[in-house]
Amino acid sequence: MFSPDDISALQLTLKLAAISTGLLLLLGTPLAWWLARSQWRFKFLIEALVALPLVLPPTVLGFYLLIAFSPNNWFGGLMMSVTGETLAFSFMGLVIGSVIYSLPFVIQPLQNAFTMISSQSLEAAATLRASPLDRFFSIAIPLARPGFISAAVLGFAHTLGEFGVVLMIGGNIPGETQVASIAIYEHVESLEYTQAHWLAGCLLLLSFVLLILVYASNRQLRIMRT
Amino acid sequence: MRAFALLLFLFSTLPASAVEVRVAVASNFFTTAEILAQEFEMLTGYEVVLLAGSTGKHAAQISNGLRVDVFMAADVARPLLLEEKGLAIKGSRFTYAKGRLALWWPSETKVNEESLRNKAAGHLAIANPKLAPYGMAAVQTLKALDVYKHWRTYLVRGENIAQTYQFVHTGNADAGLVALSQIKGRPEKIWLIPEELHSPIKQQAVLLSSKQAAIKFHAFLRSEKALELIRDHGYDTP
Repeated sequence: MFSPDDISALQLTLKLAAISTGLLLLLGTPLAWWLARSQWRFKFLIEALVALPLVLPPTVLGFYLLIAFSPNNWFGGLMMSVTGETLAFSFMGLVIGSVIYSLPFVIQPLQNAFTMISSQSLEAAATLRASPLDRFFSIAIPLARPGFISAAVLGFAHTLGEFGVVLMIGGNIPGETQVASIAIYEHVESLEYTQAHWLAGCLLLLSFVLLILVYASNRQLRIMRT
Repeated sequence: MRAFALLLFLFSTLPASAVEVRVAVASNFFTTAEILAQEFEMLTGYEVVLLAGSTGKHAAQISNGLRVDVFMAADVARPLLLEEKGLAIKGSRFTYAKGRLALWWPSETKVNEESLRNKAAGHLAIANPKLAPYGMAAVQTLKALDVYKHWRTYLVRGENIAQTYQFVHTGNADAGLVALSQIKGRPEKIWLIPEELHSPIKQQAVLLSSKQAAIKFHAFLRSEKALELIRDHGYDTP
């Protein structure tokens, strides 16, 4: 069934997905809010930048990250002097990769949800002297709840399926950077189909359940609104 | 109707021409194979089409109907497997090159056996021993020198030998056990691993069709000219 390495690969995958999703919601919420509300002429530039990971092959992202992480470059050198180790081949490096890789999957649902909130409800709150921060937390966030659910689940599920980027920057270290998708690849390539089946089935089931959650919550919401 | 005919045309595969040799070649040998192919084309006028890829994937693809005339693998196991399955022509399997492993340490001025014994590195890159013959040889070497235990926690594993090279080249790993063929031309930063420290990295080829052009190319790989080119690129020949 599962070898100890397989179990640690699964745990690592879940941990990576959870941490990346948490970070993405923290960083993504203000950015998505700004994208939804800003009137800036060149906003489309930022929107295109955010969407890039949707269309770029993961090898491109992985290749650039590998170069950026190198201690010979300013970013990698800076991180090296702060943390004392290289970002490549570390869990921290995978988190950075995942945050970039899953960015559009979190930003876009949030941005859509924020765009749907009418200006009137926010203005009404303003006339009641609610501060901008207060308006954001007591009106925008509750109204955008379905957007948050979609963003969290899609970000989480997309990070579960991450492969190309991790392959390029991970170095395949059990317990540190060997996530489930990499472990599956290794099993398949070395003809260990039984072990590959167990892990692959696990990921398939997990991803399916997560997507069911998204679509079920969307459906419920539509029923509530009609 | 005309649209349908066009569709048929688009999806039909063109028959492989008789003067063309399709060769599935292991990625690690691709650049050398390009030079061999050029030489062969010049000598015979036949055309060589090279398909680069991992030997494991090539073997699986050939088993599932990929049409190639010659298979130049990175190991012995996969050509043997195809021969046993009856997909390769019996008796055509031979070793065309032997890979040499080298320790590459860009920041060191003098690299030798002592580097592996005394030096500490942040990361030592090797190819994945489960997937790549060079990775297996790397682990055998570290074990033969009795330093495997020391290095175990510092090892990072590339999916193949090209990625292992990439890890060192970009500076993310301090040192790596890479293929000599990858780093020919900068001899001061490398230590050529003695052959007796690991089992030989034999790369074998098999013939998969009895096309005239394919037979010629298969024979050319053993010619004196080809062997010389192969040696020039950092491989040993049998």
